[in-house]
Amino acid sequence: MIINNKWRISKDDLTARFVLLPTIVLTLVFVYAFIIFTIIISFTNSKLMPTFSWVGIENYIRIFQLSHWHTALKNMLIFSVLYIGIATVLGLFLAILIDWSRSGEHIFRPIYLYPMAISFIVTGTAWKWFLDPGIGLEKIMHLWGFAEFSFNWIKNADRSIYTIVIAAIWQVTGYVMVIFLAGLRGINHATVESAVVDGANAWKLYTRIIIPQLGTSFTSVFVILGHMAIKSYDLVVALTNGGPGRASEMPSTFMYSYTFTRNQMGIGATSAVLMLAIFAIIIIPYIRNTVNKEGA
Amino acid sequence: MKIKIVSLMLALLLVGTSIFAGGAQDQGQDDSMMEKVSNNVEVLHWWTSGGEAAALNVLKEDLEKKGISWTDSPVAGGGGEGAMTVLKSRAVAGNPPVAVQMLGFDIIDWAELGLLANLNDVAEKENWDAVIPDALKGFSKYNGVWVAAPVNIHSTNWVWANKKMLDDLGISIPETWDEFVMALEKVKASGKIALAHGGQAWQDATVFDSIVISTGGPEFYKKTMIDLDDAALRSDMMVEAFKRMAVLRSFVDDNFSGRDWNLASSMVIEGQAAFQIMGDWAKGEFKNAGQVPGEDFVAFRFPETQGTVTFNADQFVMFNVDESQQAAQKELASSIVAPGFQIAFNLVKGSVPARTDISDAEFDIVGKKGMKDLAEASANGTLFGSMAHGHGAPASVKNALYDVVTSHFNGMYTSEEAAAELADAIKSAQM
Repeated sequence: MIINNKWRISKDDLTARFVLLPTIVLTLVFVYAFIIFTIIISFTNSKLMPTFSWVGIENYIRIFQLSHWHTALKNMLIFSVLYIGIATVLGLFLAILIDWSRSGEHIFRPIYLYPMAISFIVTGTAWKWFLDPGIGLEKIMHLWGFAEFSFNWIKNADRSIYTIVIAAIWQVTGYVMVIFLAGLRGINHATVESAVVDGANAWKLYTRIIIPQLGTSFTSVFVILGHMAIKSYDLVVALTNGGPGRASEMPSTFMYSYTFTRNQMGIGATSAVLMLAIFAIIIIPYIRNTVNKEGA
Repeated sequence: MKIKIVSLMLALLLVGTSIFAGGAQDQGQDDSMMEKVSNNVEVLHWWTSGGEAAALNVLKEDLEKKGISWTDSPVAGGGGEGAMTVLKSRAVAGNPPVAVQMLGFDIIDWAELGLLANLNDVAEKENWDAVIPDALKGFSKYNGVWVAAPVNIHSTNWVWANKKMLDDLGISIPETWDEFVMALEKVKASGKIALAHGGQAWQDATVFDSIVISTGGPEFYKKTMIDLDDAALRSDMMVEAFKRMAVLRSFVDDNFSGRDWNLASSMVIEGQAAFQIMGDWAKGEFKNAGQVPGEDFVAFRFPETQGTVTFNADQFVMFNVDESQQAAQKELASSIVAPGFQIAFNLVKGSVPARTDISDAEFDIVGKKGMKDLAEASANGTLFGSMAHGHGAPASVKNALYDVVTSHFNGMYTSEEAAAELADAIKSAQM
């Protein structure tokens, strides 16, 4: 007799599914149902409270007429590119250095990793004080006698977004380093040894042999940093609060202010849906990639 | 396979019922609590700083004398952003507090949703219609129904100055815009900061309120900030107003952005800066620092806005609550508008009473002037809601204006661009 394996469930399997059920139900309601709800709201004329007076895609047209939204998108682009790029390069560099000196690992790994344990609000507030020309770095340099020293990016509308990049990189680089360090430990030793025997120098060894083998680490880093960049909110609020003026506004701060303080819930929901769409563009290739690998 | 489906359904049922049973149980507890304490009023507000909490205590004690207990629900955060977010979630859950502190157009927005109580019998009995200024009634009443009890009136077109600095530099109180600019230049030349200002959107907009009146007069303010007339918003007069903002920007120190308003007040108190343009709540900062009005500091109307008053008013909005709570709610409303509380509260808060029939004997000279200006402006039709503080236009328009004014003040637009951008932004926000 042939048993259809696909439908046969063992006792353990049943228990596992039973235990997971509450989580699945809660996730369905509180994550997916609310995503659908938000999408519905984005097609309505909701102001203070959700209503169901349909306006079609009007909110999507209007949001792109708001210069405020363009600023937010532009800032997100600048932030994501610099944040992901610099944190990846810096994290990889630190990981390689630590990988070389195994004795130093126990000292340096915690040092670089600790910023990740601090909440974004604390990071933002600390960097706000440090970068404030009146009390922070600039003031200290003046006290030390460097009267010409000037670093007022946080007060400068064209530069303030870069201060968020600096603080965010400071926070996340250690975490990136740990991911790469784990990747470096999983490298196939045989290939490295044979390369060394063949006389490859350190530069060639890393660029041709080792880094190409870190593919999965790069994907992890990219996806983790990518979603952090899109939803970054608390760091912006604590560091610049979107200022000076509206110069460092991000999509997440835009979404909060339109939904909760400007009584334009329709526009707020629209921005949330657009953020989800951007996020999906980044994450879906990753998920498909993983699923394909598992299937194979 | 059958077993699997059945067990899945069972499990779903279990989870479902337990969620609803839990909810029902909570509901039951709430109800029984309400039965017991119908003589209780829960008040949601954001008056958490020392002086404000003390002022609110006056009301609490007054109610206790009437046998009504007070449940305090403070949500910190100036401007009430946090409190409004809490209120939304509670209103959606069908469990609003008895009374909520609220500002301007937010009240109208909530009234439109049909969630507010009707206070007409209290108002009629105590003659609110005769004693509360018409401009304020526009926010306390909705379609002829009283929905809120006004607590105070703040006015925003004040300038605060360090008296000693003015005397030392030989500056007399400026009456016109040109005199004001000359005074600012004189201070700047002396090496001090001319204008203490905090670069936050609402503070930029507070200055803008005064600038619009000073540039175009009260009629222009009404046309642009209240009627939101597109042509007037695009006019050369508005470009001129933005140019004056740029002039003021040149008298602010470099480190202004993000500074809180009370720190800017301290700069004037400590003699680092000469002037601050801020609403009458700044008086509390000066008095707390032991300064005497008229001797250590002076307050005057922003030049060329004399005779006009831009106001914002705190009110307690009454929500439509269960019948068992309505008697206590009406007592609360009556206590808020009663002269005793109006005087006691406003002496502490720095604002003036929300009714014009109260003696000014207990107030200081700034308070006296504020009350006199208010009564005059109300009689002459030059009492206007402050755009910067949510009494000119709804939140969406107010914030659209914030965006443009603060971006211009930070040098992202020229004055011509700013006027056009303002008209566009306000048009878009009204849709």
